[in-house]
Amino acid sequence: MAEEMKDLIIDYIRNEYLDEEDDDMELDESTPLITSGIVDSFSMVSLKRFLEKKYSISIPDEEATPDAFNSVTSIMTLVQRHLG
Amino acid sequence: MAYSEQVREAFRAELEGIREKGLYKEERLIHSPQSADIRVEYPEGAEVREVINLCSNNYLGLSSHPEVIRAAHEGLDARGYGMSSVRFICGTQDIHRKLEHALSEFLDTEDTILFPSCMDANAGVFEAILGPEDVMISDRLVHASIIDGIRLCKAMHDTYKHANMKHLEQKLEEHQDKRLRMIITDGVFSMDGDLAPLDEIVALAQKYDAMVFVDDSHASGFIGKTGRGTPEHFGVMGKIDIITTTLGKGLGGASGGCVAGRQEIVDLCRQRARPYLFSNSVAPPIISASLKVLEILSATTERRDRLEENARFWRQGLSEAGFVIKAGDSPIVPIMLFNAKLAQDFARDLYEQGIYVTGFFFPVVPAGQARIRTQLSADHDIPMLESALVKFKAIGDKHGILGLDKKAIIAKFGL
Repeated sequence: MAEEMKDLIIDYIRNEYLDEEDDDMELDESTPLITSGIVDSFSMVSLKRFLEKKYSISIPDEEATPDAFNSVTSIMTLVQRHLG
Repeated sequence: MAYSEQVREAFRAELEGIREKGLYKEERLIHSPQSADIRVEYPEGAEVREVINLCSNNYLGLSSHPEVIRAAHEGLDARGYGMSSVRFICGTQDIHRKLEHALSEFLDTEDTILFPSCMDANAGVFEAILGPEDVMISDRLVHASIIDGIRLCKAMHDTYKHANMKHLEQKLEEHQDKRLRMIITDGVFSMDGDLAPLDEIVALAQKYDAMVFVDDSHASGFIGKTGRGTPEHFGVMGKIDIITTTLGKGLGGASGGCVAGRQEIVDLCRQRARPYLFSNSVAPPIISASLKVLEILSATTERRDRLEENARFWRQGLSEAGFVIKAGDSPIVPIMLFNAKLAQDFARDLYEQGIYVTGFFFPVVPAGQARIRTQLSADHDIPMLESALVKFKAIGDKHGILGLDKKAIIAKFGL
């Protein structure tokens, strides 16, 4: 389940935020997303909506912080907390 | 709470943090009118130097043009210094409406409303016309003022990859359930100098029933064969629902901005746009000078033609010298250095040689894309640019980057 979620989120990030020229960029569960500039905090909202729809959860805005979205691992922690 | 030592220390620590990150901005004192060559004191107290200015938005060289200055004087004499009022109380003179009509004609829109700046226009327009049932879909590299405007608006927000029409189409499909859709883009992107593909954007807007918003601040007056901006360049004049632009760059360089577009949108801005409602009217001398600017630009394309020629010469010279530049069709020419420290060192070395440019790095531009941004003006001439090229080559040579591509520069300096 965790492995599947990880792959799904990484896939989404690749398609949504990286360009074709970034194909060789390494992206794993610990890659910094916001602080590295891969995902800017302004565009983060589509990732949040994707997670909410995919997992039928609602992430309050105050929890959708740049810190919480800074790596696939922290995103998974956030999602799992709401999956209960 | 008083302004205690504790408060003072907290602010000082924040300032120190900005310094430590190398992001502390300092002003340079200019001892001359804005021009292609200026007299600069930097740092404060240092000897004043003559430098070639390659970092202003004075694209058409109208900031200190004698006819524009004369028109500002005439406006000052005939209509006074300031209005001491917002527009809707007692701050609208005949010349304010005259300029709004002149801008509508110049940009080929139904109407125009002036704002104190384009920053204000962008901050106010979305909130005035869109609500929670609507969606704003913006290019990821739009200007900071648009981001502020989007944040102030209650409509849903989404972004698409920079100038990526496939991604935009995907987003338009995704948001077909919304009441209104608005595609939001810059006409010319200020950090990259590339143009948004407005012909394709308009086609997608028609296919997916969306409105189109373009901030043409870095285009009005010089992009397009008669300088009407990116809609003219792409053959879509009259098809853009909202154009925001500034009087603070090519169009005279003082201040003021506008929302030009569909009648109802402009009317709603007059009723609801907060920066319009709660900020002073643009001062009469600026209005009068801006009318003169539009008159000059409508009479002849000489200035935008010279600017185009200068930009072509500059791009070609830099490419031939072996610099990596961003391709584009505008007078904004970024020289890619990728490494932030290299960009800072490069700008400093050029200043020592009498060339005034600025280095940009993360977070102003994406990480690993540090650069020197150069901006051409119709006030530059070829001998001036030739002399600047010699100096660029010398500094490029000093750092050993001439002829290196992106990978080689990154291999040498890191990111």
